[in-house]
Amino acid sequence: MKDSEGDDMPIEVLLVDDSPGDVRLTQEAFREANGSIHLWVATDGVEAMAFLRHEGAHVRAPRPDFILLDLNLPKMDGREVLTHIKEDESLKTIPTVILTTSEAEVDIVKSYQLQANCYLCKPVQLDAFEGLVKSINDFWLTKVKLPQQTQSG
Amino acid sequence: MALEVLMVEDNPGDVRLIQEAFRDTDRSIHLQIASDGVEAMAYLRHEGPHAHAARPDLVLLDLNLPKMDGRQVLANIKQDDGLKTIPTVILTASHAEADIVKSYQLRANCYLCKPTHLEGFASFVKSINEFWLTKVSTMNSWSRA
Repeated sequence: MKDSEGDDMPIEVLLVDDSPGDVRLTQEAFREANGSIHLWVATDGVEAMAFLRHEGAHVRAPRPDFILLDLNLPKMDGREVLTHIKEDESLKTIPTVILTTSEAEVDIVKSYQLQANCYLCKPVQLDAFEGLVKSINDFWLTKVKLPQQTQSG
Repeated sequence: MALEVLMVEDNPGDVRLIQEAFRDTDRSIHLQIASDGVEAMAYLRHEGPHAHAARPDLVLLDLNLPKMDGRQVLANIKQDDGLKTIPTVILTASHAEADIVKSYQLRANCYLCKPTHLEGFASFVKSINEFWLTKVSTMNSWSRA
């Protein structure tokens, strides 16, 4: 695998969010920012774990390079999804960023305790939301070294 | 309120470049330097001359350090209930996949490679400032256990 910026390897991103409006905005902002992102969407926590574990309809799902995770989700809460990811030896190295409307200190602290890689609050303004997605791309998907797809022991 | 950043780095040239780049940002940032791993842990645990050290909002951690390796510092931070919630960003010259994976296993919040040319440092620090110190929520007021 190449180790250079701007190569053609797609970046696989899993977005776990139940709000169709936020999903749409995130999709559009990523599309504008970076053509090499494959954005996958899971709309609840159970589907997110099925995707990550290649279960059911997700047998051929790629391993995400990066996960954006909402906290308040149907079926399985984002905190529980985060716990499962970070307790799973093969999933724990995937950078998992919380993206939520909650600004509550208790949610921030709890997320870092559960090993979230970082915590971002969803802006309420449209422009600010697009700006945040762009900065996620500029920082996490451009500057940061993500672990490669190879499984690691 | 000034942001507290602890940089753990033994290369004086890199320290200088990062200091200058932070100074050029339009932010009130207290950048503290620890030049080896032992000093970093003493700072974080308020030991010796660091009794009044501020709890950092962000730690920038090199991997290859004298006295105590950056991997060990990272492991110590992330195993300490009072320190584990501090975002800890690896900042190193190493591009080795083994170092990247190991750092994420040890719960590094993210992994960045040091720029290889001078101008790179300014834009690099700019992006840390604009992302980690602007967009990211941390708990700067939280327990100083």
